Amino acid sequence: MAEPIEMILLRQWASYLSLPVWLMDADGSLVYYNEAAEPILGRQFEESGPISVAEIADILPSRDDTGRELDSAELPVAIALADQRPAHSRVSFRAFDGEIRLIEITAFPIVGQAGGLLGAVAMFWEIAP
Amino acid sequence: MKVRLWGTRGSIASPGPGTARYGGNTSCVEVRGRDGEVLVLDAGTGMRPLGVALARESTEIHILLTHLHIDHIQGLGFFAPFFRPDARVHIWGPPSTRYHLRERLTRYLSPPLFPVRLRDLACTLEFHELLDEEVRIGKLRVTADLVLHPGTTSGYRISENGSTLAYLPDHEPALGARRFPEDARWTSGFDIAEGADLLIHDSQYLGGEYPEHIGWGHSSIEDTIAFARLSHVKKLVAFHHDPSHDDASLDMMWALGESMGPLPFDFSVGAEGSLFEL
Repeated sequence: MAEPIEMILLRQWASYLSLPVWLMDADGSLVYYNEAAEPILGRQFEESGPISVAEIADILPSRDDTGRELDSAELPVAIALADQRPAHSRVSFRAFDGEIRLIEITAFPIVGQAGGLLGAVAMFWEIAP
Repeated sequence: MKVRLWGTRGSIASPGPGTARYGGNTSCVEVRGRDGEVLVLDAGTGMRPLGVALARESTEIHILLTHLHIDHIQGLGFFAPFFRPDARVHIWGPPSTRYHLRERLTRYLSPPLFPVRLRDLACTLEFHELLDEEVRIGKLRVTADLVLHPGTTSGYRISENGSTLAYLPDHEPALGARRFPEDARWTSGFDIAEGADLLIHDSQYLGGEYPEHIGWGHSSIEDTIAFARLSHVKKLVAFHHDPSHDDASLDMMWALGESMGPLPFDFSVGAEGSLFEL
């Protein structure tokens, strides 16, 4: 089953960017991240494959500015999907390669034709340690 | 299901001796269900002669518009059943974010672009917006899905008794792809075309012409054949011919397509009047 055209276009657009981007579908699965995101996440997308939003907090454990452990529902992409609004936060997380990285994430819901929620897109960048 | 091509050209009607064999009318395809359902795919200039043929019989007609570019709606004003009080015509098309289908068509079917207004037509007219969903028209199952082309554009998949027609007249699935074809999940139009008995697909360009037209919403014959391979169709008809392609150019396209074989499907270049039985 192919993704909706809006998601296909987003993936193609992201594949050309040097800005790290990841893409969630409406069910909350991480269905794509671009090459620029790979060094931050510590693994190529081809290796990791799709990841559900529920698993993300376990696979990539995250903490907020104060060091509090974050639940997956508190991540900006989860908020963008659940509340259908943009969300932003600064988090540190343990990447696939075991390194702890500090990033800022801004996520937007993807609302297609007739108001249908198709997923969310997150752009993020690493904060120098 | 019977499928007849009434207009195979893209962009602008291109009549003349140089296009007499493949035809000069813009996109219009007639689909007949076994129980007599009448569907018209797009309303290009091929719709005028189709309307003359239909005026003698069908009173219920469903027009499925892929999008509202002028080469796909220009025939509406000359469609004979519109002027019959006993005709009921349904117009289906993709939604927009702001204006209803009727409002968008009114831009064309009103002065100064056209002397007759929609509200002045004699037939009973009904509008239906269709987005990523399946509907039944008689015993035909019709599925619409948005595809890659500038503006909101749908492709249609029509099935009856296990036979399927896929119609993607304006489609550029290779746009932006790092390599083409990618896997099916990330390929525009795949769900419409998958396993179809007949795929009618955009093939506006010969490969060498495509680089100058990237983003215009159309495909090269090479990409069309790659898309048909990916989709495992049984027959491919190249469609939406560029107005600059005369019959000799389209003969060349046919030969080029066959040279990319062995093809796992039948291949032909669409010509006005061609009839396919599924």
